[in-house]
Amino acid sequence: MTTKMFGERVPRVEDARLVTGNGRFLDDLGHDALEAGFVRSPQAHARIVDIDVTDALDVDGLVAIYTHEDLEGRMGERLPLLIPHPTLTHGRTPYALAKEEVNHVGEAVVMVVATSRYVAEDICDRVRVSYEALPAVVGVEAARAAAHLVHDDVPGNVAAVMVQRTGDADAAVDAAPHRLELDLAIERSASTPLEGKGVLARWDADDRSLLVHTSTQTSTSVRQAIAAKLDLPVDRVEVVTPDVGGGFGVKIVHPWPEEVLVPWAARRLGRPVKWTEDRREHFVSSAHERGQLHEVRVGYDDDGRLLGLSVRFWHDNGAYVPYGLIVPIITSTQLLGPYKPGVYRVEFTSLYTNTVIVTPYRGAGRPQGCFVMERVMDAIAADLGLDRTVVRERNFIRPDEMPYDQGLVFQDGRQLVYDSGDFPASLAKLKALVGWDDFEALREQARGEGRRVGIGLACYVEGTGVGPYEGGHIRVETDGTVVVSTGLTSQGQGHQTMLAQIVADELGVPFERIQVTTGDTRRFKYAVGTFASRTAVMSGSAVALTARTVRQKALSIAAQALEADVEDLEVVDGLVQVKGSGGGSTARIELGTVAVLSNPLRYAFDEAAARATQFAAPADPDTPPVGPGESPGLEGTDYYSPARSTFANGMHAVVVETDPDTAEITILRYCVVHDCGTLVNPMIVEGQIHGGVAQGVGGALYERMEYAPDGQLVNASFMDFLMPYATEVPTIEIDHLVTPSPLNPLGVKGAGEAGVIPGSAAIASAIEDAEGITITSMPISPSQLFELRRAREGRP
Amino acid sequence: MSVDLVRVSFTVNGSPYDLELDPRRLLSDALRHDLRLTGTHVGCEHGVCGACTILVDDAPMRSCLIFAVSLDGAAITTTEGLQSSDGGMGPVQRAFHECHALQCGFCTPGFVTTVTAYLRDHPSPSPEDAREAIAGNLCRCTGYQNIVAAVQRAADLVTEGATGACVAPGTEEPT
Repeated sequence: MTTKMFGERVPRVEDARLVTGNGRFLDDLGHDALEAGFVRSPQAHARIVDIDVTDALDVDGLVAIYTHEDLEGRMGERLPLLIPHPTLTHGRTPYALAKEEVNHVGEAVVMVVATSRYVAEDICDRVRVSYEALPAVVGVEAARAAAHLVHDDVPGNVAAVMVQRTGDADAAVDAAPHRLELDLAIERSASTPLEGKGVLARWDADDRSLLVHTSTQTSTSVRQAIAAKLDLPVDRVEVVTPDVGGGFGVKIVHPWPEEVLVPWAARRLGRPVKWTEDRREHFVSSAHERGQLHEVRVGYDDDGRLLGLSVRFWHDNGAYVPYGLIVPIITSTQLLGPYKPGVYRVEFTSLYTNTVIVTPYRGAGRPQGCFVMERVMDAIAADLGLDRTVVRERNFIRPDEMPYDQGLVFQDGRQLVYDSGDFPASLAKLKALVGWDDFEALREQARGEGRRVGIGLACYVEGTGVGPYEGGHIRVETDGTVVVSTGLTSQGQGHQTMLAQIVADELGVPFERIQVTTGDTRRFKYAVGTFASRTAVMSGSAVALTARTVRQKALSIAAQALEADVEDLEVVDGLVQVKGSGGGSTARIELGTVAVLSNPLRYAFDEAAARATQFAAPADPDTPPVGPGESPGLEGTDYYSPARSTFANGMHAVVVETDPDTAEITILRYCVVHDCGTLVNPMIVEGQIHGGVAQGVGGALYERMEYAPDGQLVNASFMDFLMPYATEVPTIEIDHLVTPSPLNPLGVKGAGEAGVIPGSAAIASAIEDAEGITITSMPISPSQLFELRRAREGRP
Repeated sequence: MSVDLVRVSFTVNGSPYDLELDPRRLLSDALRHDLRLTGTHVGCEHGVCGACTILVDDAPMRSCLIFAVSLDGAAITTTEGLQSSDGGMGPVQRAFHECHALQCGFCTPGFVTTVTAYLRDHPSPSPEDAREAIAGNLCRCTGYQNIVAAVQRAADLVTEGATGACVAPGTEEPT
């Protein structure tokens, strides 16, 4: 009997190579390649007056120096706007190397190629770029005021204004018996994977082809982008994603300037070229997220039920918008969470600033939306004197209302229709897990000890598994090895393990015989990428469907060989056998042998092949060896493409203690109830939640991008940008609720981003509860809490 | 500009090396690119993240902050040197695997070396001590919870050999 793998805590197959130092990350490759360095703008907004390379020319090891003037053809044009939208009326993207003007500190101006990175940086230091400074626009307020413009041809610094509504929300608010207005803010943070970006390109001049390795979340699309920029046929470009040291969103953006410049230079120089991003480069030239200001009007009845919700917010998109409006679109739709908002209207304005670009970071606009909605729920509860869980419960979409159409268009251009979830059940689990109803006794006890504690909660719904599609390819080798590939990439989520678990069950083969490859365009050409918690849903479903196809093919070949009926056969532990025979029957055949039989051969290149040659395996001499509709090889390809996203959900509760003197904030307990549908590997899902919660804690209490008014990012190092260490992350208590998605063959809903989404909302709720001070802006530091206390006491 | 190379001899994972290096060459780069021991990773190049932690004469140090030529005569250990004698996972590495204490694995070699040194002096840490022991290393994937569990599991594996399993805190079974 084959052991069922789906749903089991299977240890990861990725680990052995990673813990022993045998992983292969980008900078572990190409030791002999030339290395690139970049001269980056030290100014937030300036015209480039002159670039003088005279001092750099006598450095030993110099190979090339490039500026925008060197970029011929499409390389000299702007990088693509990846996700256009009708409301993105003023979309602007950067050049691979700045042309005439720079728009943020860190923008690449000059590319240097040298024999080593050390030499490349020596040369960068000797390149003199003269700038004429222009006024910098930093922060949402400055962008909105538009006293200065980031781009001369973008009036008001406005990239886009977008409105969605289900009716006249302001009229509904005005007519409601109770009304509140809130101003809410979230500051900038960033994905900050431990490994930055990196690119290695090898040009084969004889073959006129490129092999590119890049630390990306989408190798197939990088391939298309490189081919387009370098004016190469797509089939002359292959892109491989090696082990990737974390992504969290930032590596879905593409092509980064370096992703086209490094291959371009490799072809031009006829030598391998590599670039490995350093930490400061990552801070000032990758991407940030989260910075938004929100104004909310809400109307509700005496029971706290929402009647109307009107939200306006301003999104700081940084200097350019290559990734379009995905983040604010997600905020504007996912803000609704598990609730029925009454009549809803949302309007956002996406604004340019002279800062690093803004693209999705794990959660992608949801943490802001969740913060807004959950602050509203807490404010209503406070206004009406109701328990915070009661207000939420009264506004929940009920399980019998699923699927539930929120009446909006989601980030994938499809209707925002929730497929599943049982929010009252999740809340009941959370209350039990954290001991919500017993908290007042704990508060009193703490108060007696001179301590100040508070409890908070936050609920969210997360659209996951967005389309358009992913695919899978499975081939059974003649030795019984099962080779699986899917086009999307991995950044540490354990895809090799998770996908192998699915294939093991669907195909009926031992887990150990399965080898999974992700993100290698030599193996799989068609894919979208790894983002939006979509791998289990999309590639999981795709490999499941593919495994079923291959299984069917194996059964029909085996049926011929065993002279049995297909209907009577099953695949168990890599053997095709008569159902119910328990493996005792002689009428069985290994999948590897089926693979041999599937490929009629003339030449015996090994022992297995010898069994399939024309004289060894005589078949009906009057029918073609490969019949109509058949193909050689025990393999198959299939795709999964859903009509709409799945919607995972969850609820977090937090207990905090605030120091009465120092205002230090300590998390005492962190509880999670999580519903991502069926779980392929609970161990991996919990790991995803742990990591997400840690980033949520970081975003709530520690992490912020400190921009000076002149556009300098003053905390661009790990010494000053405070990512949580083990001592800052609490023990996370998890309970699962499983409401399977009806949309895909596995019932899965995606889990990658969930943990981070409600962090700021839940922690703000708990601090507010502890302090009795309304929290309207996150993250919050002890100093800021101290100032809020002083303000409450009327002290300056 | 030409550079005077400096001669340096040290051992890495027990193997002797005799190198001529640019005096400014960082130990992390020498290990990774000259010796091609790429298990040691570089996450920040300013000594904060701990991914590049290696053992110098059994003491954990940040290889991104050390000039390779300054280690003449030293015995250096990287995560490659902490495998079991048969080339499989060593006890600390195995504990990380069993406890799901890594995801992308980029920071992991720095944790493995740090924990190895820690357990030598603290063979049976409490959960609180285990958490403190790893508080100088950044991980962006795991939230540290399973790494704390791995420190304790590694203590078991180092001292008494292999029995039992990783005990992960804070989890209810799905319903």
